[in-house]
Amino acid sequence: MGIFDKFHSLAADQRALVDSGVNPFNVVIERLISATEAIVNGRRTILAGTNNYLGLTFDPQCIEAAKKAVQDQGTGTTGSRMANGTYVGHAALEREFADFFGYRSAIVFSTGYLANLGMLSVLAGQGDTILVDAHCHASIYDGCRMGSAEIIRFRHNNVIDLEKRLRRLGKKTANTMILVEGIYSMLGDRAPLADIVTLKQKYGAYLLVDEAHSLGVLGEHGRGLLEEAGVGNSMDFIIGTFSKSLGATGGFCVSNHPELDLIRYASRPYIFTASPAPPVIASTRTALKILETHPELRRRLWRNARHLYQGLDDMGFSLGPEISPIVAVRMPSIKQALVLWGNLLDRGVYVNLALPPATPDSASLIRCSVSAAHTQEQIDYICKAFSDLREGAIALDAQSTAVDSPLDVTPAF
Amino acid sequence: MLQYKDILAQIYSVSQEIARDKQEINETTDLVVDLGLDSMAVMELLAAIEDRFDISIPLNILPDVRTVKDLALQIQQLMVES
Repeated sequence: MGIFDKFHSLAADQRALVDSGVNPFNVVIERLISATEAIVNGRRTILAGTNNYLGLTFDPQCIEAAKKAVQDQGTGTTGSRMANGTYVGHAALEREFADFFGYRSAIVFSTGYLANLGMLSVLAGQGDTILVDAHCHASIYDGCRMGSAEIIRFRHNNVIDLEKRLRRLGKKTANTMILVEGIYSMLGDRAPLADIVTLKQKYGAYLLVDEAHSLGVLGEHGRGLLEEAGVGNSMDFIIGTFSKSLGATGGFCVSNHPELDLIRYASRPYIFTASPAPPVIASTRTALKILETHPELRRRLWRNARHLYQGLDDMGFSLGPEISPIVAVRMPSIKQALVLWGNLLDRGVYVNLALPPATPDSASLIRCSVSAAHTQEQIDYICKAFSDLREGAIALDAQSTAVDSPLDVTPAF
Repeated sequence: MLQYKDILAQIYSVSQEIARDKQEINETTDLVVDLGLDSMAVMELLAAIEDRFDISIPLNILPDVRTVKDLALQIQQLMVES
């Protein structure tokens, strides 16, 4: 007996992956060439699974701002936001996020994961109820778990189910918060946000939207689904991350509630960690300006999204329900997904592999994400690779698998 | 109001539809060990039961639920509260 006994089944799954010769969870990027290309396994590889939606990781202005910040302010803050870790840049970025959304104030966190933990662990208190979409990200569930509210899931994007659950709560809706995402990370579909706002208002509940995958991607100014859906002023809390369209690492929450500032004093994930490093803050401030003022990046992103989605759709792949920069290909089995993923990498195309239980409906997904920085030729190359490899992957017998059990790691939901 | 035994009957019927390992179900049946339900199947089971009883089952109760009896008692409690 020992503390590692519980890892036996995980170890077996990991061994099976290693033995299969394809381990999607152990990829090393050896050298970056650009926002969309790198050397992997010694081979020039197109990056089509990085959530780098606007391709800003190599933007010259962002790099310049980060370089200057390192030179002027050093490599790290070495402290909490509540101690020595709030520099002028952190405070300025909070103001800029609030202004960008047209809301009262904002808090910057060290990562997107911590933004959800930091907000939800405090907001979801004793006597409160959380209604959370079944497809919400693990950080949302983890944040809820750190609080002491009752947590109730509703069926994904199902406003009828959501209303049923609001109705069952009776007077408790005044202490209820609904949690949804702008674009869901696995299948790339949007929340029916306008309908959800109507329900929130009808039942007097609160609404938090996580725009992690939709910031910079949706809306005329890139404010996300709330802008596209025309309900920009109706959120109680907007969560977001720097690590996708903004090309860095960090997170934020924006709100009109004056109590937002109090969260700082109560939120352990805000207090007990070091604040984002100066270059991160500097590049993010620059990226936020670019994101807002360069709608052509969004146009290019969506052109690429349509290109890839339509290309794969024409080949007969089973895709997510709507066109989006996240293009998820459903594979019939884990084995087939692993083989296709490995073959794509061998052909110089990196995408994500998402397996149960980290996926909705226990799906095995080859998850692509496109960038505004992808060229038409790169998207063509990705399509061609899928086309060439499709038959080999589909022809595999779904049952004869070396790796046939779900990786029973901690469920995402 | 539904009696405990009515709740049990409903759980038996829903579980039998969803369970991977078909077998006799009684109050002491362990949902994960005996019925072979993984985390997704447990969610499916709960969703079906929520519909039948018009209740919402908070995720918070899950750590306390291992057997059919545990689940039935929780549902009974939730129905009293609603």
